[in-house]
Amino acid sequence: MNKKISVTINGIQLEIEKGKTILDAANHAGIIIPTLCFHKDLCIAGNCRVCVVEVIGQKRLAAACATPCEEEMEILTNSLKVRNSRKHIIELLLSEHNADCTRCYKNGNCELQDLASEYKIMSQDFLRLAPMKAYTIDELSPSIIKDDSKCIRCQRCVRTCAELQGVNALTVAYKGDQMKISTFFEKPMNDVVCTTCGQCVNHCPTGALVERNYIEDVWDAISDPEKHVIVQTAPAVRVGLGEELGMPVGERVTGKMVTALRRLGFNSVMDTDFAADLTIIEEGTELLTRLRKTMVEKNEQVKLPMATSCSPGWIKYIEHIYPEYLDHLSTCKSPQQMFGAIAKTYYARARNIEPENIVSVSIMPCTAKKFEAKRPEMQDSGYRDVDYVLTTRELAIMIKQAGIEFEKLPDSKFDRLMGESSGAAVIFGATGGVMEAALRTVYELVTGREVPFKNLNIKPVRGMEGVRQATIKIEKPLEEWAFLDGLELKCAVAHGLVNAKKVMEAVQNGKSDFHFIEVMACPGGCLGGGGQPIPTNLEIRQKRADAIYAEDEGMPLRKSHENPEVLKIYQDFLGEPLGEKSHHLLHTSYVQRHRF
Amino acid sequence: MVAPSYQLKRADFIFKNDNDWEKILDRTLQRSPQELINELMSSELKGRGGAGFPTGLKWKLTLEEPGNEKYVICNADEGEPGTFKDREILTKVPYKVLTAMATCGHVIGSKKGYIYLRGEYKFLVPELKKAINEFEYYCKQKGLDFTIQIFLGSGAYICGEETALFDSMEGKRGEPRNKPPYPTSVGYLKKPTVVNNVETLAHTYTIFKYGANKFYDLGVQYSRGSKLFSVSGDTPKPGIYELELGMSLQEFVNEFGDGDTKAVQVGGASGFLVPRKRFESTSIGYRGKLSGISLPTGGSMMLFNSSRSMYNVLDNYLEFFREESCGQCTPCRVGCQQLHNGIKAVKRGEKPAQYLEKLLKLTETMKLTAKCGLGQSVANSFSSIVENFQEEMIY
Repeated sequence: MNKKISVTINGIQLEIEKGKTILDAANHAGIIIPTLCFHKDLCIAGNCRVCVVEVIGQKRLAAACATPCEEEMEILTNSLKVRNSRKHIIELLLSEHNADCTRCYKNGNCELQDLASEYKIMSQDFLRLAPMKAYTIDELSPSIIKDDSKCIRCQRCVRTCAELQGVNALTVAYKGDQMKISTFFEKPMNDVVCTTCGQCVNHCPTGALVERNYIEDVWDAISDPEKHVIVQTAPAVRVGLGEELGMPVGERVTGKMVTALRRLGFNSVMDTDFAADLTIIEEGTELLTRLRKTMVEKNEQVKLPMATSCSPGWIKYIEHIYPEYLDHLSTCKSPQQMFGAIAKTYYARARNIEPENIVSVSIMPCTAKKFEAKRPEMQDSGYRDVDYVLTTRELAIMIKQAGIEFEKLPDSKFDRLMGESSGAAVIFGATGGVMEAALRTVYELVTGREVPFKNLNIKPVRGMEGVRQATIKIEKPLEEWAFLDGLELKCAVAHGLVNAKKVMEAVQNGKSDFHFIEVMACPGGCLGGGGQPIPTNLEIRQKRADAIYAEDEGMPLRKSHENPEVLKIYQDFLGEPLGEKSHHLLHTSYVQRHRF
Repeated sequence: MVAPSYQLKRADFIFKNDNDWEKILDRTLQRSPQELINELMSSELKGRGGAGFPTGLKWKLTLEEPGNEKYVICNADEGEPGTFKDREILTKVPYKVLTAMATCGHVIGSKKGYIYLRGEYKFLVPELKKAINEFEYYCKQKGLDFTIQIFLGSGAYICGEETALFDSMEGKRGEPRNKPPYPTSVGYLKKPTVVNNVETLAHTYTIFKYGANKFYDLGVQYSRGSKLFSVSGDTPKPGIYELELGMSLQEFVNEFGDGDTKAVQVGGASGFLVPRKRFESTSIGYRGKLSGISLPTGGSMMLFNSSRSMYNVLDNYLEFFREESCGQCTPCRVGCQQLHNGIKAVKRGEKPAQYLEKLLKLTETMKLTAKCGLGQSVANSFSSIVENFQEEMIY
């Protein structure tokens, strides 16, 4: 532990660890210092200067986020100098900003707007700069809309893309008054190496980066009497939606969410978790098949380690950056796309509805899912498998628009046929969850016994560490799997693409002998996805993760292969895992994409 | 009225070339780092790039940092409008600079020096390389492990700011970093680094050659030694002059003016404009406790006579800064645009004359809150011109 030093802030004396910043000290003292470029997930930039404070004895003001405390420092956060300067800086930012707030998607959830409101910037003293520049809105990405006129150049998106994702799709270009956040050769977002993960959206303080929203399209579909509109909800949405609707972080709102979706007018409310269980059956079988082919048949065409394919941001990343490893990806579609493909086949047949009249909507914690749904491969049902993807945030907007008092809603259950799920499916929403769910099933398939972890909780694959590894030894397998006897199944889990890169480099260098890798593009997994409520940080993600695991523990079913609706779909429709129908509807292929 | 010390006195050290660098190098290398630092500290040499940080202290702080990977960087990004002295030093007496760099390496424990050369000075490279080769050959013979490499900038003004310079050298976009940590502890490649202006290094050569006293005896209290001045503008004798610090601006104008000098811009575009009525009361040097108005400068002295419109002068400076700000911090990026657009709006009558008062208040904020030394000083020209030539701004 570091040495403690003593500082005084606004007359309040406190002890703080050496090396902590003025901002840390102020937080300790219960004093709020406004910030914009500062974000707990990211390195310190110190470029917006909103957090300036006065340090007695220093000629200039200091940026609280970037200045370490020193012994006996006397700090004023609300002196006349500070107030005047801070107000000036907010005014300057506004003068450069397209402050057409009422027409902004982020109206009401904008850090600059909050500051303007807090400091009561009522007049426009300085000249307007924003309209003098020609801005184009980049709307070509299916997931993300970039509007430079609303950008305050805090570089949070740039740091996010570099530090959390290692993708560097966004970068700073030009200098001085021309300085802006741009892409490689200023190409549109759909044409650069962007994984569409939406972490930039999640970290943007203003409306410069937002998701492409499909709210009106979905309302139109709901209002169309000819259409049968079905909806699926991803596991992470149920631990995020409440937050967006004013409830505490990490509140589980599964039942309320289902009620709300019904009241919005969806004809059928079903669960992506059902498809997650289905994914485990297919993916688990695929893993075992790959193991058999490499270990028994010595088939060199079959690649290990096998990597999960649930996260479309990760898929797009590997397609761009490691195309030579595409054979390592599980061919399983993501749960969203499995759901979509069977909705317009199995569900349509069971409900006796023409698939062309079905509008398939999914609620996702994710912006990359919007891209995924539009991939040309994703129409194996004969129709677009998923028509519209809404983020958690968009669903919250619809609920508000419909005048639903969310907190007062009674709970209700998902519709049958594709609404049943296990705890194993719920944990898909957290990093390590797919791995854990797969292990629960694979181990039991192979040995006939439950995984040897207390309450089925495979703790080694859980947590927020960037890369985690676990080994499970297979002992006394069933006869069919005798070749696996004694195998130490090596698994790696990574979340955030910067960590995925570490795992891929280990694979590339031959420094690892993993059998199975789970990668989620976003920090914390889907619960920290680009479509989840803003703000996000480690603390918030941890609370959502706690909620996910609590949800799992509370489920009567904990293992995917025990989900009766999953068993039923194999019996009535699919036949067997990796069978012909599964292959056609539930599996997919990948494409190499440009590196630049 | 002019006190004796405020008189203009010429000096001739920097360009005086006795071609004795080998001897000086041999001699300094035999002295201990502490001894050399003491010599520098007692000379009271301050950084000649304009900021005026005590050079001996900078070397001392870097010496005291742990680790054996340290760097010496010669800042030759000379980008301030109106300065052209470093180019001349590197052309005429490069060995002095190289010797000083090696001495600094000896003091702080560094084996690697870089010359960060302004992109537009590319034409200096062949000759400079020759000098470096010869210098390195000599060092090798003497058993001194010190090499020097030229790093060519790409033309951004901001990269003369020492931490932006590091980023530039590291292959990143040149943007000033947060301070602290200071370069003496976290510099190039996150290692302790001394960054000295070309001229500062050349002065250390003088000091090590003649001793600290000789240097200290020049100039006035708090502003010791001589300094190169790049004299330009409305003057019959533009050029580079070595003068003792501490002269009054009146003395300077008497020497270099054309008889009709209206104002002098001291310190380049980021410096201050001094109107005629203040020539007497302004001296050139580092701010001290005793002297009255005392202006530091990186050496740029631009004279303007009565034919010049100060509005045009300011317009020119502000246009420069709105382009050359790195653009990362709000006060500098947006502030420069507001100042520039603001004077235009007032001139056109789109904003009332009182708007200038608002902008002057804004310059206070820019000085107080900008992230780097550039951002803190961009508004100097605005405030000093607008305060002194308000009428020219409006009518």
